[in-house]
Amino acid sequence: MIVFEKPKSLTDAELHYCPGCTHGIIHRLVAEAIDDLGVEGIAIGVAPVGCAVMAYNYFACDMVEAAHGRAPAVATGIKRSLPDNIVFTYQGDGDLASIGMAETVHAATRNENITVIFVNNAIYGMTGGQMAPTSLPGQVTQTSPYGRDVKTAGYPVKVAEMLSALDGPAYIARVAVNSVKNVKNAKAVIRQAFQNQIDGLGFSLVEVVSACPTNWGMTPENALKWIDEKMIPYYPLGVYKDKRESQKEAEA
Amino acid sequence: MTTRILIAGFGGQGILFAGKFLANKGLLEGRQLSWLPSYGPEMRGGTANCSVVLSDDPVGSPIVDRPDVLIVMNLPSLDKYETAVVPGGAVFVDSALIERPVGRADVTAYYIPATRLAQQNGVPGLANMIMIGKVLRECGFTSFEGVEEALHSVVSAKHADLFDVNLKALRLGYEFE
Amino acid sequence: MDKKVLMKGNEAIAEAAIRAGCRHYFGYPITPQTELAAYMAKRMPKIGGVFLQAESEIAAINMVYGVASTGRRVMTSSSSPGVSLKQEGISYIAGSDLPCLIVNVQRGGPGLGGIQPSQSDYFQATKGGGHGDYHLIVVAPSSVQEMADLTSLAFDLSEKYRVPAMLLADGTIGQMMEPVVLSEPHDPVFTEKDWAVTGTKGQREHHIVNSLYLVPEELEKKNFERFERYQAIEDNEVRYERFMMDDADYCVVAFGIAARVSKNAVVEARKQGMKVGLIRPITLWPFPKQALAEAAKQVKGFLSVELSMGQMVEDVRLAVNCSRPVALCRRTGGMIMSPDEVLDALKKLAGGAES
Repeated sequence: MIVFEKPKSLTDAELHYCPGCTHGIIHRLVAEAIDDLGVEGIAIGVAPVGCAVMAYNYFACDMVEAAHGRAPAVATGIKRSLPDNIVFTYQGDGDLASIGMAETVHAATRNENITVIFVNNAIYGMTGGQMAPTSLPGQVTQTSPYGRDVKTAGYPVKVAEMLSALDGPAYIARVAVNSVKNVKNAKAVIRQAFQNQIDGLGFSLVEVVSACPTNWGMTPENALKWIDEKMIPYYPLGVYKDKRESQKEAEA
Repeated sequence: MTTRILIAGFGGQGILFAGKFLANKGLLEGRQLSWLPSYGPEMRGGTANCSVVLSDDPVGSPIVDRPDVLIVMNLPSLDKYETAVVPGGAVFVDSALIERPVGRADVTAYYIPATRLAQQNGVPGLANMIMIGKVLRECGFTSFEGVEEALHSVVSAKHADLFDVNLKALRLGYEFE
Repeated sequence: MDKKVLMKGNEAIAEAAIRAGCRHYFGYPITPQTELAAYMAKRMPKIGGVFLQAESEIAAINMVYGVASTGRRVMTSSSSPGVSLKQEGISYIAGSDLPCLIVNVQRGGPGLGGIQPSQSDYFQATKGGGHGDYHLIVVAPSSVQEMADLTSLAFDLSEKYRVPAMLLADGTIGQMMEPVVLSEPHDPVFTEKDWAVTGTKGQREHHIVNSLYLVPEELEKKNFERFERYQAIEDNEVRYERFMMDDADYCVVAFGIAARVSKNAVVEARKQGMKVGLIRPITLWPFPKQALAEAAKQVKGFLSVELSMGQMVEDVRLAVNCSRPVALCRRTGGMIMSPDEVLDALKKLAGGAES
């Protein structure tokens, strides 16, 4: 009996991510959702610039590589051209919440029928550990060597809270992948975000609080603890907006 | 033959519309033509002008900097363009709005109190078409025949009620002595 | 269908694009090309197409990239400052070998510049514009009829060579009305492309639309391959007009509205006994180098007439390889030269060449 299999929606390519990085888990959760819903043949993914830049080699569906921050605009084009396909973006915090903030907010407010996977690890990984829009107050990075000073560098962007204030988007949630329990929940939420697209509900974004042991300067184990101790208190988990639920409530 | 026409006045006087009418008239006669508006912020309330070229040959530059026919509906436009008219050209002046005469002896000047005529004859705001009516009468480049058809091209179906007044204004200008 | 209709240049582009089977338009408002977007906003919903006003020019060009990835005809339009914003996306589209149409109805620059007509984006359009080794196919209409015809041609060439195309117009041609004969509309025919992302349907390897090559040998190979296609374009797709060139002693070189003004000057020069002709590049890239080199054997000098400080003049000099003097007649910032100014520049060139 097979008890553990690689999802069909992942290729055989070896992942390039660092030891202890949680991108691998998130890739898997996305692939499982696509498999479970049986949409691998019509899925089209958009890869970001950042650590996940080569996601196009890992996802077995058709893939497009976007310029830094532009994935929601590229996905908009694809979805408008092929409305019956399932289109998702996979983006990091610098990509989505800094350089691509305008594209993110406007895709959300238009309620584009796409699924956005937002990996928040509070740092720029690929370029070697600079301050991200989501770096925590006081967090030491290469470009905040004395800790993020909110007086000069401002406060972290709370993407889930911010986007859920808009009328447009269908579904906004935040999950984490630092424990078995959190991973299981993340799987269900990511699957929901794809289901929403199949059902035509519109823009669904899942913020995934994620670890970057390399650039945080921690062991993988300590990085997972740091998520519990520092990240989640600042970025509370939960479903921030769900049009399906609010519809049900309205009907009831 | 090529006729270069420059229409100038204030924004809101229907300068571009008058040009469009002439362009459509030319089109229906199978002429080569171009219509070029001034564009930008000056369209709103400032000066407006419009170049129309009607020709039997392919039109070169659509920009009329040396008009054969100048139609002016305010004093700044007469001041600005009077010297540009080619010798032997024609200048049509709305004399209800411009008190001074044309200063050149080598052009033919026509004075039509178009704005006053428009008010007196129940076609307010259509001084532009009264001016065009007079131009059709005096310049040989296009005839009065077929004005209805040309007017249909520029007066949209949505504003069909404006057709009759525009035609009336054209006639007023055409018959003005 | 050979009925002549009176249309603005900007509207002619829009209608021609629809007739060429384009059903996706993305843009952001900017003068002097707004009529194009307005036309698309009105028509697209009625024919099952997509009009989307993007949050920025950057988003618009990336939406274009998305549709182009799926193998369907798509376009955007803007004016100079907006086209600068699009350059990143254009570089990605070029690097990913995708077809699309970008319209630039130029206005004066640099910076916010002005809103009056200009040709000062010639360098940006013909030399790449964004980062990296690439070219666009660049067509330059000089009449409203050509706004329509070259829109259709640009889509065809772009698709044939998988090279993004730019229609480089100016505010005058965009705003003016002339009679146009529009081509028969053809419905968008979607043919499965062996590179497009449409979903694998579980029946093929996944397609990747991408411009990232971290191995330098691979990137070099990719660029060489692309430049072979560019060579084919230079060999086969040069288009230009010769006007009164057969017995000309002097050759004016001008495109777009500057060519229209220059034609008047050429006719006037002939009346005054000067044998002048004009070569009007219709494709700015590929540039009609050969035609100019041929003309250099015949004429005593060239005059480049441009609405810029002098950009195309460099390509004219390269084409004739310094074998003949190349003078420049220029206006900039939204100003347009008069035929008299062109004539004066011609007389000066003739005086200099003969002394």
